Amino acid sequence: MSPRHASLPANDATAKPAATGSATIGSARTLTDPGETPTAETLMAETGPTGTGSRVSILPPLPSWNPLSLWYSDGWTVTKRNLIKIKRSPDMLVFAVIQPIMFVLLFSQVYGGAIAVQGSDYTQFLMAGIFAQTVVFGATFSGAAMALDLKEGIIDRFRSLPMNASAVLIGRTNGDLVLNTISMVIMMATGLAVGWRVTTSPPEFLAGVGLLLLFGYAFSWVMALLGMSVKSPEVINNASFLILFPLTFVSNAFVPSETLPTVLRVFAEWNPVSSLVQAVRQLFGNLGTAPVPDIWTMQNPILTVLIGIAVMLLVFVPLCIRKFASISSR
Amino acid sequence: MIIEAQGLTKTYQSKSGPVHALAGLDLQVPRGTVKALLGPNGAGKTTVVKMLTTLIRPDAGTAVIDGIDVVRHPKSVRRIIGVSGQYAAVDENLTGFENLEMVGRLYHLGGAAARQRAQELIDLFELTAAGNRPVKGFSGGMRRRIDLAGALVINPKVLFLDEPTTGLDPRSRIALWDVIKRLVADGTTVLLTTQYLEEADQLADDIVVVDDGRVIAEGTSDQLKAQIGGHRVVVALVDAADGAAARDILARYGSGKPSVSTDGRGVEVAVTDGPTALQNMLADLRAAQINLHDAGMRRPTLDDVFLKLTGHKADPNATDDDSDAGGPKLTKRAQAKRDQTRAASAADADAADLESVK
Repeated sequence: MSPRHASLPANDATAKPAATGSATIGSARTLTDPGETPTAETLMAETGPTGTGSRVSILPPLPSWNPLSLWYSDGWTVTKRNLIKIKRSPDMLVFAVIQPIMFVLLFSQVYGGAIAVQGSDYTQFLMAGIFAQTVVFGATFSGAAMALDLKEGIIDRFRSLPMNASAVLIGRTNGDLVLNTISMVIMMATGLAVGWRVTTSPPEFLAGVGLLLLFGYAFSWVMALLGMSVKSPEVINNASFLILFPLTFVSNAFVPSETLPTVLRVFAEWNPVSSLVQAVRQLFGNLGTAPVPDIWTMQNPILTVLIGIAVMLLVFVPLCIRKFASISSR
Repeated sequence: MIIEAQGLTKTYQSKSGPVHALAGLDLQVPRGTVKALLGPNGAGKTTVVKMLTTLIRPDAGTAVIDGIDVVRHPKSVRRIIGVSGQYAAVDENLTGFENLEMVGRLYHLGGAAARQRAQELIDLFELTAAGNRPVKGFSGGMRRRIDLAGALVINPKVLFLDEPTTGLDPRSRIALWDVIKRLVADGTTVLLTTQYLEEADQLADDIVVVDDGRVIAEGTSDQLKAQIGGHRVVVALVDAADGAAARDILARYGSGKPSVSTDGRGVEVAVTDGPTALQNMLADLRAAQINLHDAGMRRPTLDDVFLKLTGHKADPNATDDDSDAGGPKLTKRAQAKRDQTRAASAADADAADLESVK
């Protein structure tokens, strides 16, 4: 301790139970009693151990806050935390930006010549697949981050605060949403550079983008639950890939699903990622002239994706919140 | 009583059958006092703290903090408590200031007040260096201070400190003790857990000794020490053959039965008047022409408390060895510790103990 506190009576072990004359940090504690009506004025308590006039002031919880604004405020506070994290971890941002560029170039330039798509060139066909793959992969950040927060005890800190139980999850999934949006912009720019074009109207284009981001957001909740359920952050990456690879590769994202063997084709046609890709192709005007499989999910991809998003949110948001309310490190 | 817990029970299922983390633990903490839960790893200390801070639910039993039931009204309890855990729960990517501001906002102080409070705590805890740089890269001691500051954002009615100095080097530990002492001097109610008798002694009014999920002893530090005897005199013999003779000499001035280490060279006994006993013993040992590598006094440790109260060491792994020998005997680990402490003064010996208990 610095000399500033050297003269504190409390530094003497024998003085500890006695309430000494100089009030220190804990002196304003009775002011936060929930039973008391909080006043808006700043409540002051003397803290300066050396009498230098340093004071601690504590505002009680703002009385006008209703549950909804508290919920919003908590969610935003944690979102900000995750946004700062994105800003301060350039490696994460680089990964989120470089990877989509690499995928676009890799697939369009390497496979583009070998894969024939009826009535369209491969680049037009590919982009929706890459978009879908990226938003789905982006959701893994939520899983990994929840597992890490749990391990490091930050979840315990949050859970010991009188905040809304869903705020940590909302903040987390919002962070993914921002990251996905950044990747999306980069990918589209790369796509345009290699010849990809949107042939539909701006509203349809925006609807496509919205569908992608919404799907990624809903999927973040799925991964967040997984992140809270695994024993260590190391496990989460392997667990995610076990889910993500079949989901994104056994689909119509990179090859037309008709080319797949029967079992995989059926899986691909009912795969929600396929519906997402199909819907985005439709909204971006990248469908080509290939016949659409005669399956309801493929015939009505937008509706299917919307139903999928709703189901994911309705099932996993409550599951996540309930899980969060009972987890603790170790 | 600001904390009142009765019959807290928690059982976990493991591969080798149910593990009773808590087996009906009772706890009372009077307002404005500092209580230490003292016990080895796995005794259930952290489980108690997690229950009282609403993180886990007891299987059975009740706990009330300032009249509020922790199971039924967790959110109300969270409004009046501050928690600082075993691992500094701070976000590495945020600065110290941002961490504290975030906690303030989540206590719903509002942005301006949260920032103001964060700055006050930064000043108060002398965290200026960590104030505007990300926490990652700061020392363990600094992180603990930020974490502790986070527990004080609202000036809690009850402050929970779960092993506040575990893993810290001795210097950081003493610095953190200093911070905690300043807090408790004002009468904040504190429940802290620790593996170190020294720490409980330094900080707490009352000590509760916990083992296997239940309370095995309770009292002031002085009462406990009176029970286990004060200082220990430890001598290290050059020749193990002198063991029996040395043992007899130590028994003359000791307050209990001397114990001999497994290699026969270390002899130890509890004493009431340390310096006089040590002088007498050394004179007699010299007269008996017993050569010594080392001789000295040390303060009692958690191991001594456990040996006295339960007949086994604080280390659960040591239980078998002790029961085989049919009495107090030094385990290898404990003996290594004695070896370490031989040359040291009482104070240094304690520091070394703190190191090796980890």
